[in-house]
Amino acid sequence: MTASRQVAAHVAAEPVPGVDGLEDLLRSMADDEFVIGFSDSEWTGIAPLLEEDIAMSSLAQDELGHAQALYGLLAEVTGAADTDTLAYDREPAEYRHARLLDHGRGDWAMTIARRYLYETADGVRLDALTSSSWTPLAELVGKLVREERYHLMHVGAWLDRLATASGEPRDRLLAALHALGPDAGTVFTPLPGEPALIDAGILGRPMADLEREWRAGLAPTFDRLGLPAPPTTNDPARGRTDHGEAFAWLHGEFTAVRRSDPGATW
Amino acid sequence: MSEATTQADIARARASVPVKRATVPSLETVRAALAEVPDPELPVLSVVDLGIVHRVQVDAAGIHVAILPTFVGCPALDVIRGSIADRLGAFGLPVHIEATFEVPWTSERISPVGRRALAAAGIAPPSAVEAVRCPFCTSASVVMDSAFGPTQCRSLFYCRECRQPFEALKPV
Repeated sequence: MTASRQVAAHVAAEPVPGVDGLEDLLRSMADDEFVIGFSDSEWTGIAPLLEEDIAMSSLAQDELGHAQALYGLLAEVTGAADTDTLAYDREPAEYRHARLLDHGRGDWAMTIARRYLYETADGVRLDALTSSSWTPLAELVGKLVREERYHLMHVGAWLDRLATASGEPRDRLLAALHALGPDAGTVFTPLPGEPALIDAGILGRPMADLEREWRAGLAPTFDRLGLPAPPTTNDPARGRTDHGEAFAWLHGEFTAVRRSDPGATW
Repeated sequence: MSEATTQADIARARASVPVKRATVPSLETVRAALAEVPDPELPVLSVVDLGIVHRVQVDAAGIHVAILPTFVGCPALDVIRGSIADRLGAFGLPVHIEATFEVPWTSERISPVGRRALAAAGIAPPSAVEAVRCPFCTSASVVMDSAFGPTQCRSLFYCRECRQPFEALKPV
């Protein structure tokens, strides 16, 4: 990421509020963006169309950039040396991304389904942070939403395309939604310090509220396309822990260079 | 010798600009110097015309510049910092560059001069999709191929009139 120099972006802008849960909030958001960004970057060079190769690479670059900025805020809270330490120097069990992102890259329909479920959920979460009482977070979110708009537009067009095609594309999309559905709501896994975050005005509303809003927002599109609404979340308390085999493999991939020469600067 | 002075020395050496002495330049002089720093991905634009220069201050501690990243993950940011440090280092004062999201950069911050420079370089300036015109023949008969192009800030279009593919800056 060569991120260390960018950590300074917000330093001294505003004191870090000593609120329980801020670390968990930032880590969950940063890990989500990092893991989906890295997963999507696996399409670089092998996407079904040249335009999609470029689009998926650009999306992945955006998400990794978002992760870097969020890890930057997390570094202020935890006093971590730099964002690379936060991104790479952890065991798989220490990551706090949503289980929705733990299904492996899968086929193109899986990628589109995962991205659609994640982007819509992330959009609701970002909206609840735009007027966060912690200015550095509110400012960053104000910038992120402008970019996420393009992501949703792009993946929404693909969802339509796969859902309205008969035969294999639609079958594959349905299979992907079937596999991901029980984990889709894990983006809204309650955070350990959530009440404190809400009291401090850092997070606008409880995750449970945001999940209801997200499900209501999905309904019109899913109804129109005749797609099954994601079912109730399976094992919601562990929605951001217990990452499985697919993540263990991905972790091996994204830490490979880092591990090859620990402490090197690039 | 302080670290800051060392950095300024290095910046001066890289810029190869002769320095007479470290007098404090006026804000106008600093701004004029910034207008000579090209954006690395869109070199027809200066960082000033791109609208990423948010704040410039000059005081006894040096020259302070706050820049707005066009995209959160813009990989050109470090290059931009280096180019600004090189150019402003010629004034012989420490240069402090900070990236901030204090206000979001939007494509409306590109100056009229910058918009014309983009069009002349074959890149449609940012506007709503339906208002994009071909930068080569000015036709409105264009279609967006993909919202995502070769850099984070560009989309891919095709002109049905002159049958040229072209890029457009994303409105954000």
